[in-house]
Amino acid sequence: MKAIVNISLKAGVLDSQGKAVHHALDSLHFNGVDDVRVGKQIILKLDTQDKDQAMKDVTKMCEELLANTVIEDYTIELD
Amino acid sequence: MKVSILQFPGTNCEYDTQHAFEKLGAKTEIVWHKSDCIPEGTDLLVVAGGFSYGDYLRSGAIAKFSPVMKAVASYATKGGKVLGICNGFQVLTESGLLPGALKRNDNLHFISKHHHLKVINNDNSFLQKLNNGDVVNIPIAHHDGNYYIDSEGLRELEANGQILLKYTDVNGEIKNPNGSVESIAGVCNKEKNVFGLMPHPERAMESILGSDDGIAMLKGFIN
Repeated sequence: MKAIVNISLKAGVLDSQGKAVHHALDSLHFNGVDDVRVGKQIILKLDTQDKDQAMKDVTKMCEELLANTVIEDYTIELD
Repeated sequence: MKVSILQFPGTNCEYDTQHAFEKLGAKTEIVWHKSDCIPEGTDLLVVAGGFSYGDYLRSGAIAKFSPVMKAVASYATKGGKVLGICNGFQVLTESGLLPGALKRNDNLHFISKHHHLKVINNDNSFLQKLNNGDVVNIPIAHHDGNYYIDSEGLRELEANGQILLKYTDVNGEIKNPNGSVESIAGVCNKEKNVFGLMPHPERAMESILGSDDGIAMLKGFIN
Protein backbone atom coordinates (compact mmCIF):
# COMPACT_ATOMS: atom_id res chain seq x y z
CA MET A 1 0.00 0.00 0.00
CA LYS A 2 1.13 3.52 -0.69
CA ALA A 3 0.67 6.38 1.76
CA ILE A 4 0.92 9.95 0.54
CA VAL A 5 1.58 12.48 3.28
CA ASN A 6 1.07 16.16 2.49
CA ILE A 7 2.58 18.61 4.95
CA SER A 8 2.07 22.36 4.97
CA LEU A 9 2.34 25.24 7.38
CA LYS A 10 -0.77 25.75 9.51
CA ALA A 11 -3.27 28.38 8.51
CA GLY A 12 -2.23 31.51 10.33
CA VAL A 13 1.49 30.67 10.18
CA LEU A 14 3.06 32.94 7.58
CA ASP A 15 4.27 30.94 4.58
CA SER A 16 7.14 33.02 3.18
CA GLN A 17 7.82 30.62 0.32
CA GLY A 18 4.16 30.65 -0.68
CA LYS A 19 4.22 34.42 -0.59
CA ALA A 20 7.32 34.56 -2.81
CA VAL A 21 5.75 32.14 -5.32
CA HIS A 22 2.53 34.17 -5.31
CA HIS A 23 4.54 37.30 -6.04
CA ALA A 24 6.36 35.55 -8.91
CA LEU A 25 3.05 34.37 -10.40
CA ASP A 26 1.77 37.95 -10.23
CA SER A 27 4.90 39.13 -12.04
CA LEU A 28 4.17 36.60 -14.79
CA HIS A 29 0.65 38.05 -15.09
CA PHE A 30 -1.13 34.92 -13.82
CA ASN A 31 -4.09 36.77 -12.40
CA GLY A 32 -6.80 35.35 -10.19
CA VAL A 33 -4.54 33.53 -7.72
CA ASP A 34 -5.81 34.36 -4.25
CA ASP A 35 -3.29 32.55 -2.14
CA VAL A 36 -0.32 30.17 -2.49
CA ARG A 37 0.86 27.70 0.12
CA VAL A 38 4.03 25.68 -0.41
CA GLY A 39 4.29 22.33 1.33
CA LYS A 40 6.03 19.02 0.96
CA GLN A 41 4.90 15.56 0.01
CA ILE A 42 6.32 12.35 1.44
CA ILE A 43 5.41 9.08 -0.27
CA LEU A 44 5.71 5.91 1.76
CA LYS A 45 5.49 2.35 0.47
CA LEU A 46 4.02 0.16 3.20
CA ASP A 47 4.02 -3.61 3.66
CA THR A 48 0.54 -3.80 5.09
CA GLN A 49 -2.74 -4.00 3.12
CA ASP A 50 -4.76 -3.14 6.23
CA LYS A 51 -5.99 0.44 5.79
CA ASP A 52 -6.82 1.03 9.45
CA GLN A 53 -3.42 -0.21 10.54
CA ALA A 54 -1.70 1.89 7.84
CA MET A 55 -3.57 5.02 8.88
CA LYS A 56 -2.66 4.41 12.52
CA ASP A 57 1.03 3.83 11.71
CA VAL A 58 1.40 6.81 9.37
CA THR A 59 -0.39 9.12 11.80
CA LYS A 60 2.15 8.12 14.47
CA MET A 61 5.00 8.75 11.98
CA CYS A 62 3.61 12.22 11.28
CA GLU A 63 3.23 13.08 14.95
CA GLU A 64 6.70 11.86 15.88
CA LEU A 65 8.83 12.82 12.90
CA LEU A 66 7.34 13.74 9.53
CA ALA A 67 5.56 16.93 10.65
CA ASN A 68 6.32 19.47 13.33
CA THR A 69 2.84 19.96 14.69
CA VAL A 70 3.80 23.24 16.34
CA ILE A 71 3.80 24.86 12.90
CA GLU A 72 2.62 22.24 10.41
CA ASP A 73 -0.58 20.37 9.48
CA TYR A 74 -0.58 17.08 7.62
CA THR A 75 -3.01 14.99 5.61
CA ILE A 76 -2.67 11.30 4.78
CA GLU A 77 -4.00 9.59 1.64
CA LEU A 78 -3.85 5.83 1.29
CA ASP A 79 -3.69 4.28 -2.12
CA MET B 1 33.79 23.88 35.51
CA LYS B 2 33.15 21.26 32.86
CA VAL B 3 31.41 21.92 29.55
CA SER B 4 30.33 18.96 27.42
CA ILE B 5 29.59 19.71 23.76
CA LEU B 6 27.38 17.49 21.60
CA GLN B 7 28.49 16.50 18.13
CA PHE B 8 26.08 15.09 15.53
CA PRO B 9 26.98 14.24 11.93
CA GLY B 10 26.90 17.71 10.34
CA THR B 11 27.64 19.71 13.50
CA ASN B 12 30.31 22.28 12.63
CA CYS B 13 30.59 24.69 15.59
CA GLU B 14 31.76 22.22 18.23
CA TYR B 15 35.45 23.21 18.04
CA ASP B 16 34.73 26.96 18.03
CA THR B 17 32.55 26.41 21.08
CA GLN B 18 35.25 24.31 22.72
CA HIS B 19 37.89 26.97 22.02
CA ALA B 20 35.67 29.74 23.40
CA PHE B 21 34.89 27.97 26.68
CA GLU B 22 38.51 26.83 27.16
CA LYS B 23 39.63 30.40 26.67
CA LEU B 24 37.53 31.21 29.73
CA GLY B 25 39.18 28.43 31.74
CA ALA B 26 36.54 25.70 31.43
CA LYS B 27 37.37 22.04 30.85
CA THR B 28 35.59 20.68 27.81
CA GLU B 29 34.67 17.39 26.22
CA ILE B 30 33.15 16.67 22.82
CA VAL B 31 30.38 14.06 23.04
CA TRP B 32 29.57 12.01 19.93
CA HIS B 33 25.83 11.61 19.34
CA LYS B 34 26.00 7.80 19.70
CA SER B 35 26.90 8.13 23.34
CA ASP B 36 24.09 7.08 25.66
CA CYS B 37 25.21 9.16 28.61
CA ILE B 38 26.38 12.64 29.50
CA PRO B 39 29.98 12.74 30.84
CA GLU B 40 30.33 12.58 34.62
CA GLY B 41 30.66 16.00 36.25
CA THR B 42 29.17 18.01 33.37
CA ASP B 43 28.17 21.49 34.59
CA LEU B 44 26.94 22.76 31.22
CA LEU B 45 25.82 20.73 28.22
CA VAL B 46 26.01 22.54 24.88
CA VAL B 47 24.18 21.48 21.74
CA ALA B 48 26.48 23.18 19.25
CA GLY B 49 25.58 24.80 15.95
CA GLY B 50 25.87 23.43 12.44
CA PHE B 51 23.71 21.35 10.13
CA SER B 52 22.96 18.12 11.99
CA TYR B 53 21.91 15.44 9.50
CA GLY B 54 22.16 17.99 6.70
CA ASP B 55 19.02 19.74 8.00
CA TYR B 56 17.07 17.02 6.14
CA LEU B 57 13.29 17.05 6.63
CA ARG B 58 13.54 20.03 9.03
CA SER B 59 16.47 21.54 10.91
CA GLY B 60 17.04 19.43 14.02
CA ALA B 61 14.26 16.95 13.19
CA ILE B 62 16.46 13.87 12.77
CA ALA B 63 18.97 14.74 15.49
CA LYS B 64 16.29 14.47 18.12
CA PHE B 65 16.32 10.68 17.64
CA SER B 66 20.07 10.31 18.18
CA PRO B 67 20.89 8.02 21.12
CA VAL B 68 22.42 10.86 23.14
CA MET B 69 19.17 12.86 23.13
CA LYS B 70 17.53 10.53 25.67
CA ALA B 71 20.42 11.28 28.01
CA VAL B 72 20.04 15.01 27.26
CA ALA B 73 16.34 14.90 28.16
CA SER B 74 16.99 13.10 31.42
CA TYR B 75 19.91 15.44 32.25
CA ALA B 76 17.59 18.43 31.66
CA THR B 77 14.73 16.91 33.65
CA LYS B 78 17.07 16.49 36.61
CA GLY B 79 17.84 20.21 36.44
CA GLY B 80 21.08 19.99 34.39
CA LYS B 81 21.99 23.16 32.51
CA VAL B 82 21.55 22.80 28.73
CA LEU B 83 22.44 25.43 26.12
CA GLY B 84 21.50 25.20 22.43
CA ILE B 85 23.21 27.51 19.95
CA CYS B 86 21.73 27.94 16.45
CA ASN B 87 21.16 24.37 15.19
CA GLY B 88 21.31 23.36 18.85
CA PHE B 89 18.32 25.65 19.49
CA GLN B 90 16.50 23.96 16.60
CA VAL B 91 17.31 20.51 18.02
CA LEU B 92 15.99 21.54 21.45
CA THR B 93 12.68 22.88 20.06
CA GLU B 94 12.24 19.78 17.87
CA SER B 95 12.87 17.62 20.95
CA GLY B 96 10.26 19.50 22.94
CA LEU B 97 12.80 20.67 25.52
CA LEU B 98 12.07 24.25 24.49
CA PRO B 99 8.73 25.72 23.33
CA GLY B 100 8.03 26.95 19.79
CA ALA B 101 9.69 26.18 16.46
CA LEU B 102 12.20 27.73 14.06
CA LYS B 103 10.85 28.44 10.56
CA ARG B 104 12.57 29.51 7.35
CA ASN B 105 13.67 33.19 7.52
CA ASP B 106 10.95 35.49 6.19
CA ASN B 107 13.15 36.79 3.37
CA LEU B 108 14.08 33.16 2.48
CA HIS B 109 17.80 34.05 2.60
CA PHE B 110 20.55 32.54 4.67
CA ILE B 111 21.56 35.47 6.89
CA SER B 112 25.18 35.69 8.04
CA LYS B 113 26.14 38.96 9.74
CA HIS B 114 26.73 40.67 13.05
CA HIS B 115 23.51 41.71 14.76
CA HIS B 116 22.63 43.48 17.99
CA LEU B 117 20.64 41.75 20.71
CA LYS B 118 19.01 43.14 23.80
CA VAL B 119 18.96 41.30 27.11
CA ILE B 120 15.29 41.04 28.08
CA ASN B 121 15.60 38.96 31.21
CA ASN B 122 18.75 38.14 33.18
CA ASP B 123 16.91 36.48 36.05
CA ASN B 124 18.26 33.05 35.16
CA SER B 125 21.52 31.14 35.44
CA PHE B 126 22.58 31.97 31.86
CA LEU B 127 22.64 35.76 31.48
CA GLN B 128 23.45 36.86 35.01
CA LYS B 129 26.70 38.55 33.90
CA LEU B 130 24.64 40.96 31.80
CA ASN B 131 22.03 43.53 32.81
CA ASN B 132 18.48 43.78 31.52
CA GLY B 133 18.53 46.22 28.63
CA ASP B 134 22.19 45.58 27.75
CA VAL B 135 22.80 45.52 24.00
CA VAL B 136 25.41 43.10 22.68
CA ASN B 137 26.86 42.58 19.23
CA ILE B 138 26.82 38.88 18.28
CA PRO B 139 26.95 37.20 14.84
CA ILE B 140 23.97 35.34 13.42
CA ALA B 141 24.27 32.69 10.68
CA HIS B 142 21.08 30.82 9.87
CA HIS B 143 18.47 29.96 7.27
CA ASP B 144 15.81 28.73 9.71
CA GLY B 145 15.93 31.25 12.54
CA ASN B 146 12.41 32.62 12.33
CA TYR B 147 11.09 31.83 15.79
CA TYR B 148 7.40 30.92 15.88
CA ILE B 149 5.07 30.32 18.79
CA ASP B 150 1.29 30.73 18.88
CA SER B 151 -0.25 33.64 20.78
CA GLU B 152 -1.13 31.57 23.82
CA GLY B 153 2.42 30.22 23.99
CA LEU B 154 3.79 33.74 23.61
CA ARG B 155 1.72 34.97 26.54
CA GLU B 156 3.11 32.13 28.63
CA LEU B 157 6.70 32.96 27.65
CA GLU B 158 6.12 36.59 28.60
CA ALA B 159 4.40 35.77 31.89
CA ASN B 160 7.18 33.40 32.96
CA GLY B 161 10.08 35.61 31.87
CA GLN B 162 11.24 33.01 29.33
CA ILE B 163 12.16 35.48 26.57
CA LEU B 164 15.83 36.18 27.25
CA LEU B 165 17.06 37.90 24.07
CA LYS B 166 15.53 39.96 21.25
CA TYR B 167 17.02 41.22 17.99
CA THR B 168 17.48 44.99 18.07
CA ASP B 169 19.59 47.78 16.61
CA VAL B 170 22.57 49.26 18.42
CA ASN B 171 20.27 51.46 20.51
CA GLY B 172 18.15 48.56 21.69
CA GLU B 173 15.21 49.38 19.41
CA ILE B 174 13.54 46.31 17.87
CA LYS B 175 15.13 45.36 14.54
CA ASN B 176 13.98 41.99 13.26
CA PRO B 177 16.28 40.26 10.75
CA ASN B 178 14.31 37.06 10.12
CA GLY B 179 10.62 37.51 10.97
CA SER B 180 10.74 35.97 14.46
CA VAL B 181 7.63 36.48 16.57
CA GLU B 182 8.26 39.55 18.78
CA SER B 183 11.82 39.64 17.37
CA ILE B 184 12.77 36.79 19.71
CA ALA B 185 16.39 35.60 19.47
CA GLY B 186 16.53 33.31 22.52
CA VAL B 187 14.16 31.61 24.96
CA CYS B 188 14.47 29.32 27.95
CA ASN B 189 12.16 26.68 29.40
CA LYS B 190 9.87 27.34 32.34
CA GLU B 191 12.36 25.85 34.80
CA LYS B 192 15.06 28.14 33.33
CA ASN B 193 17.70 25.43 32.99
CA VAL B 194 17.42 24.97 29.20
CA PHE B 195 18.27 27.94 26.98
CA GLY B 196 18.33 28.20 23.20
CA LEU B 197 19.46 31.08 21.02
CA MET B 198 20.04 31.49 17.28
CA PRO B 199 23.03 33.91 17.51
CA HIS B 200 26.57 32.59 18.00
CA PRO B 201 28.21 34.09 21.13
CA GLU B 202 31.15 31.68 20.69
CA ARG B 203 32.02 33.61 17.51
CA ALA B 204 32.23 36.92 19.39
CA MET B 205 35.29 36.29 21.53
CA GLU B 206 37.91 38.61 19.93
CA SER B 207 37.41 42.31 19.23
CA ILE B 208 39.76 41.98 16.24
CA LEU B 209 37.16 39.64 14.71
CA GLY B 210 34.32 42.14 15.10
CA SER B 211 33.15 41.76 18.70
CA ASP B 212 34.12 40.28 22.04
CA ASP B 213 30.64 40.67 23.54
CA GLY B 214 30.32 36.88 23.62
CA ILE B 215 32.78 36.73 26.54
CA ALA B 216 30.35 38.14 29.12
CA MET B 217 27.62 35.91 27.78
CA LEU B 218 29.72 32.74 27.94
CA LYS B 219 31.02 33.65 31.40
CA GLY B 220 27.41 33.73 32.56
CA PHE B 221 26.77 30.32 31.00
CA ILE B 222 29.53 28.72 33.10
CA ASN B 223 29.09 30.75 36.25
